[in-house]
Amino acid sequence: MPSKLVEKTFRMENLPHIWCPGCGHGILMRDVAQAIENCNLDPEKVVIVSGIGCSSRAAGYMNFNTLHTAHGRAIAFATGIKMANPELTVIVITGDGDCTAIGGNHLIHACRRNIDITVVVFNNNIYGMTGGQYSPTTPTGEKGTTAPYGNIDNVFDITGLAQAAGATYTARGTAYHATQTIKLIENGIKNKGFSLIEGVSVCPTYYGRKNKKGSVVKMMNWQKDNAIDVKKAANMDEKELKGKLIIGEFYNNPSTTGEYTERYDEIIKKLGGDK
Amino acid sequence: MADRFALLQGNEACVEGAITAGMRFYSGYPITPSTEIAEGSAVRLPQVGGKFVQMEDEIGGIAAAIGASVVGVKSMTATSGPGFSLKQENIGYAAIAEIPVVVVDVQRSGPSTGLPTSPSQGDVMQARWGTHGDHPVIAISPCSVQDTYYQTIRCFNLAEKYRTPVILLMDEIVGHMREGIELVPEEELPEEFKIVNRDNNMVDGKPYACAKGEYVPHQPPFGTGTRYNITGLYSNEYGFPTNDNDIANAKATRLMEKIEKNLDDILDYEEENLDDATVAIVCYGGTTRAVMEAVAQLRNQGVKAGMFRPVTVWPFPEQRLKEIAKKVKTVLVVEHNYGQLVEEVEKVVKGAAKVEFLGKWDGTTITPAQIINKVKEVSKNAK
Repeated sequence: MPSKLVEKTFRMENLPHIWCPGCGHGILMRDVAQAIENCNLDPEKVVIVSGIGCSSRAAGYMNFNTLHTAHGRAIAFATGIKMANPELTVIVITGDGDCTAIGGNHLIHACRRNIDITVVVFNNNIYGMTGGQYSPTTPTGEKGTTAPYGNIDNVFDITGLAQAAGATYTARGTAYHATQTIKLIENGIKNKGFSLIEGVSVCPTYYGRKNKKGSVVKMMNWQKDNAIDVKKAANMDEKELKGKLIIGEFYNNPSTTGEYTERYDEIIKKLGGDK
Repeated sequence: MADRFALLQGNEACVEGAITAGMRFYSGYPITPSTEIAEGSAVRLPQVGGKFVQMEDEIGGIAAAIGASVVGVKSMTATSGPGFSLKQENIGYAAIAEIPVVVVDVQRSGPSTGLPTSPSQGDVMQARWGTHGDHPVIAISPCSVQDTYYQTIRCFNLAEKYRTPVILLMDEIVGHMREGIELVPEEELPEEFKIVNRDNNMVDGKPYACAKGEYVPHQPPFGTGTRYNITGLYSNEYGFPTNDNDIANAKATRLMEKIEKNLDDILDYEEENLDDATVAIVCYGGTTRAVMEAVAQLRNQGVKAGMFRPVTVWPFPEQRLKEIAKKVKTVLVVEHNYGQLVEEVEKVVKGAAKVEFLGKWDGTTITPAQIINKVKEVSKNAK
C-alpha cells in the first residue's frame, strides 16, 4: 500500500518508476515531496524542473507542474519560469553530471544571481542513464566505463562550488539520512534566494558494481557509518575526517543585496511599469 | 515610450514589434549584429512591466525564454550566427514540447566567427534543419525596418497559434539599416497582424490532446490549476513519456502536419511584375531591396523581370513558385551565400524553368547593377 504522501504527491498511474532496484533516487524523490508537503505549499503553485539523466526522470512522477527539459539546462529553464512568475515555488531536480558538468555554467550563474530557486542534486557519482561513465563527482582513482584504468580527474565539491558562486543556502544529505535530508530541502525551499541541497544517492548498478562497493545494503550502510554531521565535524581534525562524508547545513545566509526577482521588480516599480 | 513615427534600425523595430505583440520576457546573450535587440529589450520591457535577463550563454538565453513561455508569458531571444548554432538543441525542445517562442537570428557572414559585422544569409538552411530530428519550423524573413516591425508581430502570432518556435530570420542588412517607420499601435494593426493569444482551454481535459481535425494542443500555462508534465521525449496526451512507437508516430506526424495542414495561414510572399515576366528573381530578407531596384531599372530598359519574395521562408511557398516557374523562362535566385535556398528552388521548379544563381559570400552586399547584369546574361542564355 502506498503511503498517503505518495498518493497525494505522486502520479500513481505513472509508477513504478524506471530506476534500478536499490537506486537511492526513489528515497530522495520522496524526500523532496515530503519537504514540499512540510512547507505547506499549494501544489498548483509548485513547479519542478529537471534536466536529463536518471535523476531528472523524477519530475514526471511527481504530481506538480513538471518540466523535463534538455541535458544540463534545467536551471536556465527554471530561471525563466521564476522570473516570469515569481509567485511560483521553483524546485530543480538534477544530477551530478546534469548539474555540474554540462549544466555547470547555469548553476554558477544562478547562484550568483541569488534567484529564488531550490536545486536538489541527486548525486550518484556516475552517469547512470548512459551506462556508467565517470562524472565530475566520481572519486579520483575509481572506475567508470570511460575511466577503465581509474579516474584521474579531481572531483567537484558541489556545495562548496555553489557557496563560492553566491548561493545563500547549501546543504548535503544522503539517501540513508532521509529525516535529516527532508529538513534540509525544506529549509532550502524556505530560503528566499538560491538554495542547493546535494542528496548523496547510491548507484549499485553502475558505480557500485564497477567499484566493488558490494550490495545495496552495504552501500547504504556505508552512508550510515561514514556520514558526520557538519557541527560534529567542526571539532574533528583532518585525519579523523579522512574518508568521511560531511552532511548537514553548510551555509544559510540571506543575501545582503536581496533576491533577484525582487530586485528586478524594484526596477519595474521605479519605471512605473507595474501600473 | 517610443513615438509613433521614428527613425529606427531593424533591430530596434524588432523590439518595438515584439512589445506590441505582447512580449513580456526576453532572455539572451550579447552577440553582433543582434545586440541592439537585447539592449532595446532591456530598456523597454521593465517600462511595460516585462522582464529582461542577460543569461550566462546563448543556450541559457533560449532555455529561459522557453521557461517563461511555459508559465504563459510571450517570450523572445535573439542571436546571430554562432549563437544560432548554440540555440539549436532547444529550438528542437520547443518544437517537440510545443512551446511558443520567438527566436531572432540576425545573420552574419561566415561559419564560426567569420565576418561578425558583415551581412550574409548563410543560415537559411540552418533555420530549417538546424536542430536534430524531424521537426516543424516556421521562419519569416523581413526585408525592411517597417517590415521587421510587422513580421516580428506575425512571428509571435504564429508561435502562439501553432505552439512552435518561430524564427525571425533577419540579416545584418535589415538589422542595422535605418529607416523612418510607423509604430502602428496594437488596436490599429492591419487585420493580418492582429494580435493572437494562445488558446488555453484543454481538449478533453488533456494538455496535449487536439480537437478533431485540428493539430495544435491547448496546454494551459503552469501555475493556473492544471498540473501536467512537459518533456522533450515523445509523450502521450498527458505529456508523460512513452516508448510506444504508435504514440510516437502519431505525435511526430502531427507536429509536421500542424504546419503542412495550415499552409494557407502560415505562408506569405510578395510578388512584383510577375504577370508578363520572363525572368522571375527569387529573393528574401535584406537582398530584396537591391532586387526591387534592379527590377525597376530592368523594366525601364524593356527587360521583363519580376520578383518573387518568400516572406515565410520556411515552410517554403512551393505551390506558388511552381505556378510562376511554368510561366517564365528563367528563375534567378539571388541570396547572400554560396547557394542555399537555390537548392530548394531547384527542387520545387523541377525543370519547369531554368534555375540560375547569383550569390555573394564575401561580406559585401549584392548591388542592383550586379543583379541587372546577371539578368541580362541569363536572359541571353535562355534564348
